[in-house]
Amino acid sequence: MTTQYWQEEIETLPRPGLESIQLTRLRKVVERVFRTVEPYRRKMKEAGITPEHITSLDDLALLPFTLKDDLRQNYPFGMFTVDMSEVVRVHASSGTTGKPTVVGYTRADIELWADLMARALVCGGATTGDMVHNAYGYGLFTGGLGAHYGAEKLGATVIPVSGGNTKRQITIMVDFRSTVLLSTPSYALNLADAMAEMGIDPESLALRVGIFGAEPWSESMRTEVERKLSIKAVDIYGLSEVIGPGVAMECLDSSGGMHVFEDHFLPEIIDPVTGAVLPPGEKGELVFTALTKEAFPVIRYRTKDICRLFYETCRCGRTLVRMDKVTGRSDDMLIIRGVNVFPSQIEHVLVGTDGVEPHYRIIVEREGALDKMTVEVEVSDSLFSDEIKELEQLRRRITHDIKDILGVTCRVQLVNPRSITRSEGKAQRVIDRRHI
Amino acid sequence: MRVEQIAVFLENKSGRLAEIAEILAEAGINIRALSVADTADFGILRLIVDKVSEAEAALRAGGFTVGKTNVIAVEVPDKTGGLAMVLKAIRETGLNVEYMYAFVNKTGENAVLIFRFDEMDRAIEALQAEGFTILRSSQIYNL
Repeated sequence: MTTQYWQEEIETLPRPGLESIQLTRLRKVVERVFRTVEPYRRKMKEAGITPEHITSLDDLALLPFTLKDDLRQNYPFGMFTVDMSEVVRVHASSGTTGKPTVVGYTRADIELWADLMARALVCGGATTGDMVHNAYGYGLFTGGLGAHYGAEKLGATVIPVSGGNTKRQITIMVDFRSTVLLSTPSYALNLADAMAEMGIDPESLALRVGIFGAEPWSESMRTEVERKLSIKAVDIYGLSEVIGPGVAMECLDSSGGMHVFEDHFLPEIIDPVTGAVLPPGEKGELVFTALTKEAFPVIRYRTKDICRLFYETCRCGRTLVRMDKVTGRSDDMLIIRGVNVFPSQIEHVLVGTDGVEPHYRIIVEREGALDKMTVEVEVSDSLFSDEIKELEQLRRRITHDIKDILGVTCRVQLVNPRSITRSEGKAQRVIDRRHI
Repeated sequence: MRVEQIAVFLENKSGRLAEIAEILAEAGINIRALSVADTADFGILRLIVDKVSEAEAALRAGGFTVGKTNVIAVEVPDKTGGLAMVLKAIRETGLNVEYMYAFVNKTGENAVLIFRFDEMDRAIEALQAEGFTILRSSQIYNL
């Protein structure tokens, strides 16, 4: 199969050419926000930076970061660069941790977004002949409308089915012969389970590809959804602050990772603590600068998502840098004796240990000058032994595996099943009792 | 020849034993014998009770991790040297005791030794060959 591109020239452009385009666009956007957006101007002045200081891509590191908090403080439209008469649409994040963040689009932004989303769909294997079943929610959330415009731009047929009403979705999927499914990966699993209940064999569907995003998902989830729906599952990344879906996309013939559409969104990986830019290949927090958007171009926006960037050319021929799956959020990162620890890493160890429930709690305390981490693990009936030595062995094994992966020694404490509070929504996995 | 024993995982938190005792009391369960094995971080409570399945269900419902194990109950006269006799016989067979505990029955004439061996079948054979009385479950639950 030959690789299909939406914009072949830019997607396969050798890096020097790409970087030259990025620099031109970066200088323009920095100049524009400095001139039109008071919060950007103030922060740059405080840092002693003017647009003239940006003469190479490395100079990006001179610019101050933009945080979600900056957007909140300027709620709702304070960070827009254009007059509201030029804004044709707004979207907003759900605002689970405060006021929602609002983003705006000019007519050209909507065009750009559709173009990038079409690029993403083609990258994921969609064509003009496809029947695109768009089960992302339509509304303030960017997922539904973002994907919708992209699929129309591509020239595929869009079914704007949105979220919910699973049985009707399945009927439509069967009757309309949907070929491409756009949804969250967990909703795809939902659909698969409902199909099984309705006695519908996924093999009988026309479904070929699933493009899944808007929430973190693991490789084991990919295997599961591919098996259950008999499709190829690919990963899409985006966030409303940058544009919405269509920031990065995994290709169908991937050698791993998602291509970042870096001709429009310049990515960096930083140390979430010091803010220093990390070399290629290192894991850290993903930061984006939107180079070409009109109404709402973020500068060095900290996504809080933890991943790596790698620059090797992909099997598909695209030169665009790839990011791997997001493995955690810098907001739940802990620093234990100078080592960065993500709760997801501990979860990974527990999921791989027979008989242990994947419910855990991390407690961090400080004894003298030393951080002490305790991991509480629930003992299930299947794992329980009436012999001390076997429970001790299990404890040692978990301690050893955590040390192996994190490089930090912790104390593993076995606790009763269901004694760790189950999360409703966001899990309270970490209790930090250090007073620093 | 085997007796069912209930083992309960004990978190290292105050009040756990009291909680278990209350659950069993409410379920109308009589404890025949018990022992606690503990480390710095957790413990295991081992119980011989009159109604095994009811006790297991009640404790599970109370949120405890429960396991069932087979043990052997050996009856010896409650007099000096009673335990030594049994242990001597066991040592000669080369069997390994994983753990043991003991109690004296109501009449005070006999002591009951609860054993968990690495090889249970061989232990039963060996003890019987030496002429020891091994109690059946019905005997011990109704002591």
